[in-house]
Amino acid sequence: MAQPLVKKDDDRDDEAEYSPFLGIEKGAVLQEARVFNDPQLDPRRCSQVITKLLYLLNQGDSFTKVEATEVFFSVTKLFQSKDLGLRRMVYLIIKELSPSADEVIIVTSSLMKDMNSKTDMYRANAIRVLCRITDGTLLTQIERYLKQAIVDKNPVVASAALVSGIHLLQTNPEIVKRWSNEVQEAVQSRAALVQFHALALLQQIRQNDRLAVSKLVTSLTRGTVRSPLAQCLLIRYTSQVIRESNTQTGDRPFYDFLESCLRHKAEMVIFEAARAITELSGVTSRELTPAITVLQLFLSSSKPVLRFAAVRTLNKVAMTHPMAVTNCNIDMESLISDQNRSIATLAITTLLKTGNESSVDRLMKQITNFMSDIADEFKIVVVEAIRSLCLKFPLKYRSLMNFLSNILREEGGFEYKKAIVDSIVILIRDIPEAKESGLLHLCEFIEDCEFTYLSTQILHFLGIEGPKTTDPSKYIRYIYNRVHLENATVRAAAVSTLAKFGAMVDALKPRIFVLLRRCIFDSDDEVRDRATLYLNTLGGDGEVVETDKDVKIFLFGDLDIPLVNLETSLKNYEPSDESFDIDSVPKEVKSQPLVEKKAPGKKPAGLGAPPAGPPSTVDAYERLLSSIPEFSNFGKLFKSSSPVELTEAETEYAVNVVKHIFDRHVVFQYNCINTIPEQLLENVSVIVDASEAEDFAEVTSKPVRSLPYDTPGQTFVAFEKPDGITAVGKFSNTLRFIVKEVDPSTGEAEEDGVEDEYQLEDLEVVAADYMMKVGVSNFRNAWESMGEDFERVDEYGLGPRESLAEAVSAVINLLGMQPCEGTEAVAANSRSHTCLLSGVFLGNVRVLVRLQFGIEGSRDVAMKLAVRSEDEAVGDAIHEIVSCS
Amino acid sequence: MELCPCVKNILLLDFEGKRVAAKFFCDDWPTNGAKEAFEKAVFNKTQKTNARSEVEVTMLENNIVVYKFVQDLHFFITGGEEENEVILATVLQGFVDAVGLLLRGNVEKREALEYLDLILLCIDEIVDGGIILETDANIIAGKVASHSTVADGLSEQTFSQALATAREHLARSLLK
Repeated sequence: MAQPLVKKDDDRDDEAEYSPFLGIEKGAVLQEARVFNDPQLDPRRCSQVITKLLYLLNQGDSFTKVEATEVFFSVTKLFQSKDLGLRRMVYLIIKELSPSADEVIIVTSSLMKDMNSKTDMYRANAIRVLCRITDGTLLTQIERYLKQAIVDKNPVVASAALVSGIHLLQTNPEIVKRWSNEVQEAVQSRAALVQFHALALLQQIRQNDRLAVSKLVTSLTRGTVRSPLAQCLLIRYTSQVIRESNTQTGDRPFYDFLESCLRHKAEMVIFEAARAITELSGVTSRELTPAITVLQLFLSSSKPVLRFAAVRTLNKVAMTHPMAVTNCNIDMESLISDQNRSIATLAITTLLKTGNESSVDRLMKQITNFMSDIADEFKIVVVEAIRSLCLKFPLKYRSLMNFLSNILREEGGFEYKKAIVDSIVILIRDIPEAKESGLLHLCEFIEDCEFTYLSTQILHFLGIEGPKTTDPSKYIRYIYNRVHLENATVRAAAVSTLAKFGAMVDALKPRIFVLLRRCIFDSDDEVRDRATLYLNTLGGDGEVVETDKDVKIFLFGDLDIPLVNLETSLKNYEPSDESFDIDSVPKEVKSQPLVEKKAPGKKPAGLGAPPAGPPSTVDAYERLLSSIPEFSNFGKLFKSSSPVELTEAETEYAVNVVKHIFDRHVVFQYNCINTIPEQLLENVSVIVDASEAEDFAEVTSKPVRSLPYDTPGQTFVAFEKPDGITAVGKFSNTLRFIVKEVDPSTGEAEEDGVEDEYQLEDLEVVAADYMMKVGVSNFRNAWESMGEDFERVDEYGLGPRESLAEAVSAVINLLGMQPCEGTEAVAANSRSHTCLLSGVFLGNVRVLVRLQFGIEGSRDVAMKLAVRSEDEAVGDAIHEIVSCS
Repeated sequence: MELCPCVKNILLLDFEGKRVAAKFFCDDWPTNGAKEAFEKAVFNKTQKTNARSEVEVTMLENNIVVYKFVQDLHFFITGGEEENEVILATVLQGFVDAVGLLLRGNVEKREALEYLDLILLCIDEIVDGGIILETDANIIAGKVASHSTVADGLSEQTFSQALATAREHLARSLLK
C-alpha cells in the first residue's frame, strides 16, 4: 500500500468496490505478522501488515488475548529497525493493543531509549505511548524525563508531555501535581499549542485551589495568550472564577476581559466570550448588549457553524432575557429559510419565544412554508414552541389553532402527530374560547387517523369535553362513524364516548340509545359488551330518565382501586348466584385476603374511567409497611431488595422474600402462594433461625391468617439490628401453617386442620442490601466536589478470575452500587479497567467508588479501591465489605 | 463542567455511511455496536445536506456534530452539547485539509483506504485521548508525512505542491 500512486486508470473506476482491504481476513493477517520476526526486516512490508492490523481493529474486529499478546510480542521486535515510518506505525499499534502490565515491561526500555533520542518525533511519540500504557510504578521511573520534556524546546515534545500529564492526572494525581513548576514555565512558552496544553494541565492541577486559579486568571488576562484555543480556555477559567466569586454589587471582576475578547481576531474566541457573557449569573442588559451585537453579526455569517453557534446561544438567552434578543429578530427571520435545518429550527423557536402579539400572524405564515421540508424531530420542536406561544398570547389562538389543525392534516409520524394532538388538547383545556374549534379539529382528524392510540385518546377526551359544549349533537356523527369504519379498539372507545354523551345530555338520549343498540350486533366481544353495559346502566329500555348519579360516577369517576387488586379479586371470583362486589376489592396494596362474599348490592364492575396506574414498587412497599402497626415506629424505609426466590419453581408452595432495610431494623416480607387447589392454609408464618446472624434479634412476626389457593399472601418477620451497622448474616427459613382440606366441588374447607411445615431455602443479608443504587451524571465533578477528606484507598488481590469483566461485575454486585458513565462495560481484551460507582449508603450517606482493575497473564486480578464519602465510617465500611469477601 | 475543549470522536465514513476510519475518545459508545449505531445515526441525519463548501453542524443525541463532505468521503467530529462548535469546526477543517494534503488532493475513499496508514496517523496527530493536539493542517500533514513510509514516495514535487496549497490557505485566510 505504500507504493507510489499509479496514475489513475480509467478501468479501475468501474470497480466500485475496489479496496486494498477487499477480502481481508484476520487469520491471514495474523499469519502475515510473522514477518515481524524475520531477521532481515523489510520496513515497508512490516508497515503494511501493521496497517492491516490497524484496519481490522478500526473496523471493530477484536483480537483474542492470545492473539493480541502474540502480535504485541512480535511488534516489539520492530524496535530493531531504524526506519522512521515503521517506528511511527509501531507506536500506533502499541497504543491500540493496550498491553497488560507485564507486557508493558518488555517495551519500556525501548520506549525509554526513544524518549531520550535525538529525534524529536521519537521523543514526542515515545512519551505519548509510554504514558498511555504505563501504570503508577513505572511512572516514578520516567517522571524525571517527563518533567524535562515539558520544558523541551521542541513544541511537539512539550505538548506530548503536557497532554500525557492531563491524562495521567486522572489516575496518578499525586505524581503529576509535582510537575507544577515545569508546567508553569510551559505556560509562558512561545509555542501556541504548548501554552494551551500547559494551561489546561495547570488549571487541572490547581482546580481545587480557588485562590491559585484566580491568581492564574488574573496574571494571564493581563498578559498575552498566543493561541485562540488557550484564549478560549482562559475565558472558561475566567467564567468559573466569576461564578465562584459571587460578588453581587459593583462591577463584575474580569467582565472587561471578557468584553475585550469580543474583539479578538479568532472567531472561536469571540464566540466563547459572547457565550460566557450570556451565561453570567444575573447578567444585566448592559452587560449583555455587546455580546448580543457580536452574535447578531454571526447570524449573517457565510459559515453555517457561526450562524448555528449564534442562534443556539440566542435561543438560550431568549428564555431568560427575551427583550435583549428582539433586536436580532429580523436577522433570525431570514434564517428560517436557511439551508441548514438545525439553524432554521433554532431560529424559529427563538422567534416564537421573543415574538410579540403583532408579529404572530406574519411568523405563522413563514413557518407554514417551512414546515413542509423539515424532518419530524424538528417539527415537534416547532409544535411545542407554538403551544407555549399560544398560551402566552391566548387572543391569537385562532391563527395558532388553525396552524396546528393544518399540520395535523399533513403527513407525519406518530410522535409528531401526538405532539400536535397533545398541544391542541392543552389549548382546549387552557383557553375556553378555543374549545369548540379545537374539538372540531380533533373530530376531523379522527375521520382519517391511522394511529389507534391517538384515536382512542381523542375519543376519550371528546367524551369528557364534548357534552359540555353548546351543541354536543354535532360531534355524534364523527364518533358514530368510528363504529362503522375502525378497528375493534377504536370502536369500543367510540361506544364509551357515545355513552358519555348519552349520560350527560338528556336530549340526546333517545338517539344515543338507537346507536348503542346497533352496536350490540358488532363482531367484537368488547364492543358488544360495552354497548350492552351502557344500555343497561343508562336505562336504555326506551324510557328517557335522568341519569342516576351513581351511573355518572361509574362512567366518569376514577376507579380508586389498584388494578392489581381488582385483577386478583376477579380471578378469584367464581361464577355463582352472587354477583362480584367491587367494594370487596381492597383499596390498599396489601395482603390479599379471601374475597368476602357480601350481599349483592352494587352493579358489577366492568370498565371505568382510566384508573390510576399501579404505584411504583418502592411506594407500594413503603405504604404497605407503614400500614402495619408493628412496623410503624421503624422510621423511614431505606431500601427494599428485589424479591429472592426461596422455593424451586412449581413446588406446592411458592415463596419469595423481600428484604426491607431500616436504620435499626430489617423486615423480611415473605410472599407466599399456595398452589394446591385442594388446600386452604391458615395461620401461615415463617420460622426464622437466625443463629448464623448474630447481630440480629427477632422482634416480631406477623402471620397470614388464611392463604387460599392461588392468592398471594404476605407474612412478615422483623429483626432488630445495631443502629447504622451493616450487619450481615444467614437465615434459615421454615414455612409453618395449618392445612385444611378443601372439597373441590363445593369449595368449602373442612373444619379441622393439621399443622405442617415446609422447608424453605436460606436467606442472606449482605452488605449490598445497605447500599442504594443512585447514579450521578458527572462522576468526576461529584468525585472532586466530595473532596479527599474521607478518602480511603487500598489495594486488593482478587486471585485468579474467569476474566476481567467477570471480576468487575462481581465487585459491582458485591457493593450493590450504581455503575456510572458506562464503566461497567469492560472492553474485550483490555488488561486494565477503571470502574466508577455511586450509591447511597444506610443513613443516607453518599458514596463514590473508583475501582481500578488490572489482570495478569495468569488471570490474577488485582484491584485498587478508592472510596470517597461524606462519612469516614462509611468509607471504612466499604473497604470492610471487600476485605471480608 | 469539563473546562478543556474535548473531542468525543473523529469519524471518516464513505458515501454509504461505512466506516473508513474512526476513533472514539470517550466511553459514551462502549461497544462496537454502539459506535456503529452512532455512525449510522450521524450519517442518516446529515447525508441529504450539502456540506461541501463549508463545515456544517447539527445536534444529535445531546452532542454537537460538525461535518464536511469531500467527494465520496464524509468527515465528522463530535463534541459535547456544551462544547464550542467553532472550536470543533476548526479541528474538523484541520482534519479535512490535512487529509487533502496527504492524499495530494485526491480526497476519495479509494485513496483514503490505499493510504489508510496516513489517515490513521493523521487522526493520531490531531487528537490525543480527546484533547486537541494540533489544528493546523500543514503542521499535521507535515508531522505525518515527514516520518511515514511514503515520505520517499511523496516526492519533492508533492512537497512544493503541499507548500503551494499552504500558501493558498494562508492567502485565503488573510483575505477574509
